[in-house]
Amino acid sequence: MVENNRWGNILAHTILIFGVALVVFPVYVAIIASTHPSGTFLRGTIPLLPGGEAWENYKTVMFEGRSRAGTPPISLMLWNSFVMAMAITIGKLSISLLSAFAIVYFRFPFRLFFFWIIFLTLMLPVEVRIVPTFQVVADLGMLNSFAGLSIPLIASATATFLFRQFFMTIPEEMLEASRVDGAGPFKFFKDILLPLSITNIAALFVIMFIYGWNQYLWPLLITTDPNYYTIVMGIQRMVTGGDSEPLWHLVMATVVLAALPPVLVILFMQRLFVKGLTETEK
Amino acid sequence: MASIKINNLGKVYAGDVRAVEDINLDIADGEFIVLVGPSGCGKSTLLRMIAGLETITEGDLFIGDKRVNGLEPAERDIAMVFQNYALYPHMTVYNNLAYGLKNRGFPKDEIEKRVQETAKMLEIEQFLDRKPRALSGGQRQRVAMGRALVREPAAFLLDEPLSNLDAKLRVQMRLEIKQLQRRLKTTSLYVTHDQLEAMTLGDRLVVLNQGNIEQVGSPIDVYNRPESLFVAEFIGSPSMNLFSQADLDGPTNENAAKHLPEGTDILGLRPDQLLFEAPDTPHIRLDCKVALYEPAGAESHLYLILNSNGQHVTMRVHGEPPVHEGGDISIYAPVSAVHPFNSTSGRRTD
Ligand SMILES: Nc1ncnc2c1ncn2[C@@H]1O[C@H](COP(=O)(O)OP(=O)(O)OP(=O)(O)O)[C@@H](O)[C@H]1O
Ligand SMILES: [Mg+2]
Repeated sequence: MVENNRWGNILAHTILIFGVALVVFPVYVAIIASTHPSGTFLRGTIPLLPGGEAWENYKTVMFEGRSRAGTPPISLMLWNSFVMAMAITIGKLSISLLSAFAIVYFRFPFRLFFFWIIFLTLMLPVEVRIVPTFQVVADLGMLNSFAGLSIPLIASATATFLFRQFFMTIPEEMLEASRVDGAGPFKFFKDILLPLSITNIAALFVIMFIYGWNQYLWPLLITTDPNYYTIVMGIQRMVTGGDSEPLWHLVMATVVLAALPPVLVILFMQRLFVKGLTETEK
Repeated sequence: MASIKINNLGKVYAGDVRAVEDINLDIADGEFIVLVGPSGCGKSTLLRMIAGLETITEGDLFIGDKRVNGLEPAERDIAMVFQNYALYPHMTVYNNLAYGLKNRGFPKDEIEKRVQETAKMLEIEQFLDRKPRALSGGQRQRVAMGRALVREPAAFLLDEPLSNLDAKLRVQMRLEIKQLQRRLKTTSLYVTHDQLEAMTLGDRLVVLNQGNIEQVGSPIDVYNRPESLFVAEFIGSPSMNLFSQADLDGPTNENAAKHLPEGTDILGLRPDQLLFEAPDTPHIRLDCKVALYEPAGAESHLYLILNSNGQHVTMRVHGEPPVHEGGDISIYAPVSAVHPFNSTSGRRTD
């Protein structure tokens, strides 16, 4: 802003700081709570300073669990969530890259029709088609399996649509130059289109991973075998599942661990973002 | 290297858009052909059909002795330079040059050798590790040329390769392209709508109009003897003055008309063929008003208005002309200098 309005600045900063606090405070509370022994919570107060039981608590939730409190060790759940999120992410990206490639660069009959069909699925997220999808997955014998967890979530119109829009901004001469240079369709895809899309891929990777990681309803429906429970389901079970009062310190430790992988994915992918952003053509 | 033979080539785009019609042209091995014509006349379409980027809907195309109608661009052994260069933005200059060779399965050391040679020839060695975005327009242009040269193809196809450069650089690159072509003797087709490029670059000029060839010939022949009204107006800058026979009256002009070929009703005179003094031979006389004098260094342009019909006449003069703006003047041209045309056929009558 050009104008140097003192009171305006103060107001703006106050609002921003309030907003940040609103977002950060619960996270802070979760982290702090996960470092206290169980007794702290019985008094009904929430501590605001770190306790000394962090190591103990995290070890417990990761590897031992408290089965009486509906709290199995969560390392397996973390792994399940990770596999599901990765399968969804990679599946979605591959399928949408390929279908966008086909739609933009190949002239096949009913091309537009197929594009609109794909586009229409935007209106049908899992939650809407959950009953028939469940039936299909059950009939295919995919309940309690990673395939059942991920495949129904893979078909993605959003990503196809975004890649299509991006591919259409790449000048046609790029394709022609590569044809003259002797690159067939797949070489063009691999050597030119993919490297040019890297920023978009990184961005979508983050979005898809978080989407997959946060899936709740679908895993809840199709898994009955604890070996396939995901972490988000796990948290829910911890809070509602046990015979006794939830063990809040352990719940909080679980929450913190569950929030970690998406953060790591963002940190890792951010490098690609920046790399991609600085390397594409002006 | 190869000759190119174009037989009855035509292109109809989807939706019945006719872009190119019945083109016949034999291009000798090593020849430099310039395709010129107004916007939308089908220059790019013709070039892209030869490149294999556009399907050929009518006729045959031979490169060397081989009919290449159905072949992919890569199989035709041609290289193309695009107007916007179309460099691969994520690859270094080195990889931009090497990509075509890699795809053709050249061994690594051969690729290295060729890329270095080409880079040296075009003076882009110091940029080999850079990405295209870190280059100036002129340097990018060189890389685009390099990508074509490095493959040592049978033919170069260039579609307005210099139109994105500033005027000075354009002149320099024009000279370099000409020298390169002389040295490499690779058959080349060059599309432009720049008069100077058209006149200076090619061994032969092909003037296109609405998908048809109007005239083929050496640039100087086309300039000296335009075969049609279209070519007469299109080639040369400032363009040729065209006078309708009906607007030239007076005894001098009536006498001159007797010496013109039969059927002539349009008389063409280049701006530098007009004189202040009447010649001894039969001649044309034009009574004009001086509209504007435009000095431009060595030669200047005089813009006149013909009294009989108010049409504009351009005259090229050397030094200060004996006129003042707004004054009356008579200018002359010998009948022998006149380009005679027939307006119905649009063709030359002599
Ligand atoms: N893909 C296409 N579909 C339909 N018509 C086309 C297509 N491409 C070109 N045309 C038409 O064909 C004609 C010739 O186009 P072309 O691009 O060859 O012109 P050009 O001589 O290269 O013009 P410019 O000097 O402006 O580049 C034009 O009338 C154009 O509208
Ligand atoms: Mg063109």
